[in-house]
Amino acid sequence: MQSLADRLGGFADALFDPTIVLPPGLVGPDGEPSPRRFAVYRNNVVVGLVEALKANFPSVCRIVGEEFFDAMARIFVASEPPTSPILFEFGIGFANFIAGFEPVADVPYLADIARLERAWHEAYHAPEANPLTAAALAAIPENQAAGITFSLHPSLRLIWSRFPILTIWRMNIGDGVPAPVDLTAGGEDVLLVRPAAKVEVCATPPGGYEFVEALQQGQPLTEAMKIALRADPRFDLSRNIRDLIAIGAFIDCHTANEPGRLTRGVRA
Amino acid sequence: MSRRNDDASVPQNGQIPSRAGVGLKPEHYRTILETAPDIGFFEVHAENYMGAGGPPHRYLTEIRNLYPLSLHGVGLSIGADRPLDRDHLNRLKGLIERYRPGLFSEHLAWSTHDTAYFDDLLPVPYTTESLSRVASHIDEVQEALGQQMLLENPSTYLTFAESTYSEIDFIAEIVKRTGCGLLLDVNNVHVASTNQQWDPLRYIDEYPLASVQEIHLAGYTPETDEKGRPLLIDTHDRPVDDIVWDLYQHTIGRLGPMPTLIEWDANVPPWPELKAEAERAEAIMSAIDRKEQARAIAG
Repeated sequence: MQSLADRLGGFADALFDPTIVLPPGLVGPDGEPSPRRFAVYRNNVVVGLVEALKANFPSVCRIVGEEFFDAMARIFVASEPPTSPILFEFGIGFANFIAGFEPVADVPYLADIARLERAWHEAYHAPEANPLTAAALAAIPENQAAGITFSLHPSLRLIWSRFPILTIWRMNIGDGVPAPVDLTAGGEDVLLVRPAAKVEVCATPPGGYEFVEALQQGQPLTEAMKIALRADPRFDLSRNIRDLIAIGAFIDCHTANEPGRLTRGVRA
Repeated sequence: MSRRNDDASVPQNGQIPSRAGVGLKPEHYRTILETAPDIGFFEVHAENYMGAGGPPHRYLTEIRNLYPLSLHGVGLSIGADRPLDRDHLNRLKGLIERYRPGLFSEHLAWSTHDTAYFDDLLPVPYTTESLSRVASHIDEVQEALGQQMLLENPSTYLTFAESTYSEIDFIAEIVKRTGCGLLLDVNNVHVASTNQQWDPLRYIDEYPLASVQEIHLAGYTPETDEKGRPLLIDTHDRPVDDIVWDLYQHTIGRLGPMPTLIEWDANVPPWPELKAEAERAEAIMSAIDRKEQARAIAG
């Protein structure tokens, strides 16, 4: 008799392989083989995973249409099934899959929309942390401001794109209504953060992406500003700091003179 | 109607009362918090609350402050041939420490192979090899979690020709070896009994009822196999069928009132429709209870 490992392995292999009609010894009440009964499991697995992927990428689904999405998702789930029972994490590789999926080559922004949706789910389920208030930041003496480093909110995510992905995503989520979009008008870089219950999503101002990325890497304020200005001379430091505080992007800041001291954020 | 707030019978220790509860769905979070309905308990799928933070935890924390909670795992893959996922066990332990559920249950099924997770409850052959594997996995779970777990009977669509135990003998032997409790899913009894041509009443009567601590009820989808025989699919997407209500009544007649969960996981209905299903279960429990009392007085 087959070992349990081989038995379940044969069952598992047949789930994603339609050329295997039925592993031997799987029977109905009369003891006879029943492909139709095995097909219930095959269908449950594939449909269940396609639905799980759809729940994680609702905007991608709306852009390509449900029928197309299902067909594309079937290929993805068979080639990269989830490796964890936590299904809201399913689809880490979906954006890369889309980028290489020939039938959507005429929707060049689709992979970036998938990246955005993936980032949205990561922000949604990220650890809780209280954002830093403007008052806490204002308490830092002016002569120490240049050397400040920031701790960014654990839910903060950045997505870079050469397409207007935030505009397109908003048209294809919730009550959004699709309208013509000029794909050549320039890209939108997107910042996502969930300071409380709601995921906040915004386009970053010029140089803002590079600025936040530098801060995230632990660069002090002046260094991050230089990097941002190199990326885009229109970079406006005070506007960026104000917007980032307002959206809840920081949870802590540290001055160079007092590296051990943490100015804890207080919930407003 | 809300008698929950002043109901002294709501166990403060989180114990699940012998009442009806419902599976907690995100669609109903707000209604539940705004109207505080009179419901015995809520049950959640553990895997939906395994993120570090976010709205799911915010809502569950608020709801747990108001109601007893039971935790139902769908991804532990107890029936698999490979070792249990220790990370997953640790996440379960973390959830149990955080939310203090009155009961924890999992399935007699497998859902993983190599690195893949299939998101379905796949069937287990009833052989001595799989029996010792399942029993050792349950020992491991109970040891890691520091508490008893309940094992749920499966809904199955086919059988393994090599099985040497009946489903009930297999489950009874697991209980004997591991000391686990049981969750009796009455819809699964109907689905499996129809699909395998068993007698569902006999299934219930022969089930190790003394170990049952919770009941599940749900809806199924009727289909047929290639020979035109009925093939019921466990879909949890509609009301509990009348046949299943009759089996439930029979079960409660044998067991007395028992924590009873309405599972409705797809095509989730508006809250009042879900609550009405829970009320129907409570009405059956109350009727049996009254009959018992009358018999006690008469006797």
